[in-house]
Amino acid sequence: MNDMRYEAPDTIDGAVALLAGGRGEVRALAGGTDLLVQLRAEMIAPELVVDLKRIPELRSIAAEDGGFRVGAAVSGAELGEHPGVKALWPGVVEAVELIGSTQIQGRASLGGNLCNASPAADSVPAMIAARAVARVAGPAGTREVPVEEIAIGPGKTSLAKGEIVVSVLLPARPARSGDAYLRFIPRTEMDIAVVGAGVSLTLDESGVCSAARVALGAVAALAMLVPEAAAALVGTTLDEAALERLAAAASGACRPIDDKRGTKEYRIKVAGVLARRAALIAAERAGRS
Amino acid sequence: MAKDTDTGADTGYMGGDKELKWVGTRPPRPDGVDKVTGRAKFGADFYVPGMLIGKVLRSPHPHALIKSIDTSKAEALTGVKAVLTRDDFGDRSSEFVPAGEMMVNYRDIVRNVMAREKALYEGHAVAAVAATSNAIAKQALKLIEVDYEPLPHVIDAVEAMKPDAPLLHEDMITDGVEPAPTKPSNVAKRVEFTIGDVEAGFAAADVVIERAFDTSPVHQAYIEPHACVASVSEDGQAELWTTTQGHYVARAHCARLLDMDISKIRVTASEIGGGFGGKTVVYLEPLALGLSRKACQPVKMVMSRDEVFRASGPTSGAHMKIKVGATKDGKITAGQAELIYQAGAFQGSPVQPGAMCAFAPYDLENVKVVGWDVVTNRPKVAAYRAPGAPISEYAVECVIDELAKRLGIDPIDLRLANAAKEGTRAAYGPKFGPIGLVESLEQAKAHPHYQAPLGPNQGRGVASGFWFNIGGETCASLIVNEDGTAALTLGTPDIGGSRASLCMMAAEELGIEYDRVRPIIADTASLGYTFLTGGSRATFSSGLAVIEAARDVVRQLCERAAKIWEIPTDAVEWADGTAKPAGANAGDFEPMSLAAIAAIAGKTGGPVVGHAQINAQGAAPSFGTHLVDVEVDRETGRVTVLRYTVLQDAGKAIHPAYVEGQFQGGAVQGIGWALNEEYIYGPDGKLENAGFLDYRIPVASDVPMIDTVIVEVPNPRHPYGVRGVGETPIIPPMAAIANAIENALGIRFTELPMSPPRVLKAIDEMAAAE
Ligand SMILES: Cc1cc2nc3c(=O)[nH]c(=O)nc-3n(C[C@H](O)[C@H](O)[C@H](O)COP(=O)(O)OP(=O)(O)OC[C@H]3O[C@@H](n4cnc5c(N)ncnc54)[C@H](O)[C@@H]3O)c2cc1C
Repeated sequence: MNDMRYEAPDTIDGAVALLAGGRGEVRALAGGTDLLVQLRAEMIAPELVVDLKRIPELRSIAAEDGGFRVGAAVSGAELGEHPGVKALWPGVVEAVELIGSTQIQGRASLGGNLCNASPAADSVPAMIAARAVARVAGPAGTREVPVEEIAIGPGKTSLAKGEIVVSVLLPARPARSGDAYLRFIPRTEMDIAVVGAGVSLTLDESGVCSAARVALGAVAALAMLVPEAAAALVGTTLDEAALERLAAAASGACRPIDDKRGTKEYRIKVAGVLARRAALIAAERAGRS
Repeated sequence: MAKDTDTGADTGYMGGDKELKWVGTRPPRPDGVDKVTGRAKFGADFYVPGMLIGKVLRSPHPHALIKSIDTSKAEALTGVKAVLTRDDFGDRSSEFVPAGEMMVNYRDIVRNVMAREKALYEGHAVAAVAATSNAIAKQALKLIEVDYEPLPHVIDAVEAMKPDAPLLHEDMITDGVEPAPTKPSNVAKRVEFTIGDVEAGFAAADVVIERAFDTSPVHQAYIEPHACVASVSEDGQAELWTTTQGHYVARAHCARLLDMDISKIRVTASEIGGGFGGKTVVYLEPLALGLSRKACQPVKMVMSRDEVFRASGPTSGAHMKIKVGATKDGKITAGQAELIYQAGAFQGSPVQPGAMCAFAPYDLENVKVVGWDVVTNRPKVAAYRAPGAPISEYAVECVIDELAKRLGIDPIDLRLANAAKEGTRAAYGPKFGPIGLVESLEQAKAHPHYQAPLGPNQGRGVASGFWFNIGGETCASLIVNEDGTAALTLGTPDIGGSRASLCMMAAEELGIEYDRVRPIIADTASLGYTFLTGGSRATFSSGLAVIEAARDVVRQLCERAAKIWEIPTDAVEWADGTAKPAGANAGDFEPMSLAAIAAIAGKTGGPVVGHAQINAQGAAPSFGTHLVDVEVDRETGRVTVLRYTVLQDAGKAIHPAYVEGQFQGGAVQGIGWALNEEYIYGPDGKLENAGFLDYRIPVASDVPMIDTVIVEVPNPRHPYGVRGVGETPIIPPMAAIANAIENALGIRFTELPMSPPRVLKAIDEMAAAE
């Protein structure tokens, strides 16, 4: 039984130095809604926990090049009350706001959701669809990484020892764009996605889809981009045939497991259903923007 | 007014014409402020100086011989004060005793509390330690070496009945079968309830429907895990603080398991964060006492949620075949059922009450119900609200619905045409007294809910339910304080607002203000034996005791007034909360209030204390009918409950808000049972969803506001007409929802839970078939 050390630095460099210098298992802490659960379940036993919530860069939301840079430890509740982000990327915000419940929202962060590397993390398909880019700081400096490259397997990330995600850039987007995220859970909240689908798209002046990204969660070891599904939408007005092709492509891309949360068969079918429903919501939002 | 010979008091129904001041009103509960402020002490909130932490080592195998247990390394660890294994418990011979509405057997309890020859389910307790810290206790568990010989296991009851199934108990010979089998099996018992001749009944039927049903075991899912603190001194005096539905029953079990005198164990019941039947049995209490006895220090034990799921009792899962016949005009001619209930690792599933209840809502001439009690490598089942009844009545109520559809009769009308009423002989024996099934059905039919229009993919379902309710041994004391307030000493732990109802009855009888009566749940040394809070008995049985104790107080107050006025006692009457001279002396003296008499009690004979010790008889059954509207998402299989109405006979609602709370809580638990709750086992016999994330009870946003209608057909054996109400509400939801889904989709589901994957699969199969 070793005692666990807790540090709460107020700079990025301080956090990186602590995490890089830790002797045994080290963990960054944002909201703790995954970390504390894992600690109590004795899934992890870190020697050092470094709380990131005192670092200003991780707690702020700033406009940048027509988009927004969201600090990795910003809570769901804070993000949900940011009118700018909500207007530009409503699908990402609704995905973050689905996490847990009112109580969990007060703590849970986008960075924690990303770095926990669960295949079912709700904000990740929405961020992938949004072409979000994570800023990673570490002992070797800072690098920019597309969000889909952070998780490399369930519970595993591409972050090196001492690296943290500082922020996520939700980029600028053309007019007539919209995004949406839907997930299926058997209850209405406090559950883990059985399937998640994020869609981001842009319409041209005549209502034809000119660009699209479709990402799915909980249907494979990693949240994934599904280019075939996006291709089904581009060049269409999201007519019935296009939506059918979208659903089929989304279902076809699934490589799910059978587990206590859902059968393979069920996940495959519902992935198509949700992709289609999310595409319609995204298009409706694009038409309004 | 009927004289109740069992209690020696006048406890018959007083009639509905007496004007009541408190009964039927909705004052705040005496325990409410403490509960909303966090001041109330639940099981895990007790702290005692020098307290050790106790932890349990649990079997990782669903079925294994325990060849040896070596605790020497754990005992050598600094900070470890005691270790307990099977060697610390003497064996017990087979003896069934009541625990709530279920029977328990000491031979089995001693083995369930601590595995003996074998571990019989994953999570079965194998050893326990007490140490100076949580961390040391956990480390000590890792140092205990158990030599297991894993054995093949069986999880499903039907599998367990096969001749080549792994045998849990080598000496289990099926009871109730003639001639007795010569070979052991996993079938503990066969029960049968028959009236009339079902073959003749089916021969007379125009329509016969036969269906098979499966239900999954479900947990009571009380939010508070099991927790206790035990303290045994060097001279063997023990204190136990525990979260329990019955501290006297817990005391009896612990005394027996630990070879202690009952007088040596004093048990205090903490506030309880839900029980639903699951806290009528002991798990941690004997271990904490055993550890404390060894260590001579207090020991605290608290289960994790994971332990609650793996090692405490759900109710049975079941496989059932139901057959019902009726004439064209809707008269049911026969009902037949075969029920296989899995009991978990030890015999004692609620198949018997399940069999008794199956057709109880109906007035039938021909009934045959056969039940089987089957052991499997799962935690031993425990009582769960109306144990056994929700399972069998679910299956029957689905078939009744199908029958209504086949006959083209409204499902409420079909039930009304066959409903049990006063004088109906139930298949399990007795004749019903006044009961409220017909009233609940009539009010359901007249309710706006039943007429409201439905949208696309929506459906409406109806189902009824029956539960016996019980009475039993109960004490209560009512102390009149010097200032005219009163202290009410009770023995039934308050799970659903019973303190409020009991104070209201005391205030009503004494004619004083409700908030002048302060209740406590006494420890086992401070009040005589009182059976547990279960069987919907607390408000009924403790209510009878409280009324009797209050009438004892009134009698004493009249005596005191007579003494003061120097007139005969029978010349004093009690009216409007005062003693008044009556008869020839009427008007001779100013009436004296309870407070006035109490103030000078010292001069008239000392304190005034009323008491009652009774074996409460005359508990009356409660019937209810539920209406539910659902909407089905045809592309995901999700079922959303849109509207829900519970109509149930309460006899008389002492505190209507808490009666409504029982109705609503039962409906919500039933919604979980119907739609999502199930135990998921891997092929290795291990439970995969031992937590609230994947064992899905409904969250608040999953359910609509549950509407309630309290039907009142008074129980003639209670002064105010009370019936138990706590269990019946969980019976109808599963069938009501299945019937509503059928109404929405035209698909009859016969397996619970009706979870989204299962519903979607059925929808897709139907589409493919078309
Ligand atoms: C009751 C409950 C309900 C939940 N419901 C959902 C849900 O609906 N959907 C869902 O997706 N999730 C859900 N979760 C999981 C969890 O809330 C989310 O994943 C949340 O976004 C995690 O954020 P956090 O800030 O709390 O992360 P933390 O727990 O603080 O961290 C999570 C992991 O990421 C690492 N980490 C955190 N921040 C950084 C960083 N900046 N750089 C590097 N590593 C970092 C930590 O070391 C840890 O390993 C739920 C959890 C609970 C307890």
